[in-house]
Amino acid sequence: MNIIEHLSSPMALITITFLVYWGSGWLQKKSGQTWMSPMLLTIAFLIAFLKITGISFEKYYESGSLIEFWLKPAIVALGLPLFNELKHIRSQFLTLFITEVVGCLVGIITVVLVAKWLGAAPDVIASLAPKSVSTPIAIEISRQIGGIPALTSAIVVVVGMIGSALGLKMMAWGHVNHAVSQSLSMGTAAHVMGTNRISIISDRYGAYATLGLILNGILTAFFAGPLMEMLM
Amino acid sequence: MAKQFGIIFGCLAIGELLALIPGLNIPGSIWGMLVLTLLLERKIVNPKTVAPVCKFLISNMAFFFIPPGVALMLYFDLIAKEWLPITVATIVSIIVVLLITGHLHQYLHKCFRHRKK
Repeated sequence: MNIIEHLSSPMALITITFLVYWGSGWLQKKSGQTWMSPMLLTIAFLIAFLKITGISFEKYYESGSLIEFWLKPAIVALGLPLFNELKHIRSQFLTLFITEVVGCLVGIITVVLVAKWLGAAPDVIASLAPKSVSTPIAIEISRQIGGIPALTSAIVVVVGMIGSALGLKMMAWGHVNHAVSQSLSMGTAAHVMGTNRISIISDRYGAYATLGLILNGILTAFFAGPLMEMLM
Repeated sequence: MAKQFGIIFGCLAIGELLALIPGLNIPGSIWGMLVLTLLLERKIVNPKTVAPVCKFLISNMAFFFIPPGVALMLYFDLIAKEWLPITVATIVSIIVVLLITGHLHQYLHKCFRHRKK
């Protein structure tokens, strides 16, 4: 009879995941630090927990897969905000679309070429390619082009942290002054986390960042595969 | 509830079918999102019908990717070996994307305005 056997039952592990996430949200509110995302804290805690108790990832994934299952319908749900944004900015669609295509291509090409130049392994490069888009989308793309989804999700979170913390400063330094351009760039380069940073400033700009994030997600899905074949 | 989830999973099912199109490596979920947008656009689905479930799914998205994040524990060795290209490539790419996207949009926006006037 031991405690670890009880802890490793699927229902216990799901319960732990919910409770840790709830506690992490509380911790973020208490500390007022936006970079301490509950998701990040929960992942760190669960990894430490599994290492300490010796419960294998495979065991955890029996319950984890039930949670991950909801990623796909959640991506489908993004169709609603996309529809809402389209209504508002149809008149500027061409400008936004050209910007996004270029932003997407530049994002994939730079990260792939620099990583290749520094001698990264092919599966690591494929994991880096979708780094600018939101985690659920990036995971799917990474899986599709031969990357490691878990590595991609970690990179995406780091990208979001850097982008939301320093993005506005970087753009001010590089003379990107137009507020709509800044919002769009933040959504394109730093997905949901960049969008959150912009939404703090204003809802209207937040909508542009959302558009940048969604368009870049779709475009990256289209371009990542063919670009990887060309560049590798 | 049943109708809303029926619509979402219906879009996903159609999306997974579209994902089988050879030559295009687009995940079924992305196709599903486009299918939902199209159904809303064509007024086949009322936005008000799906709004509650969409809001629920989107606002809890972060929670759903905890398991793939935990899978990171399987790749600690790989990260220790490849941390330099990962870090440098990521930072360079963020800066370039922010500046190019920002400047291009500023430029196009200006052109568009001048043409209108």
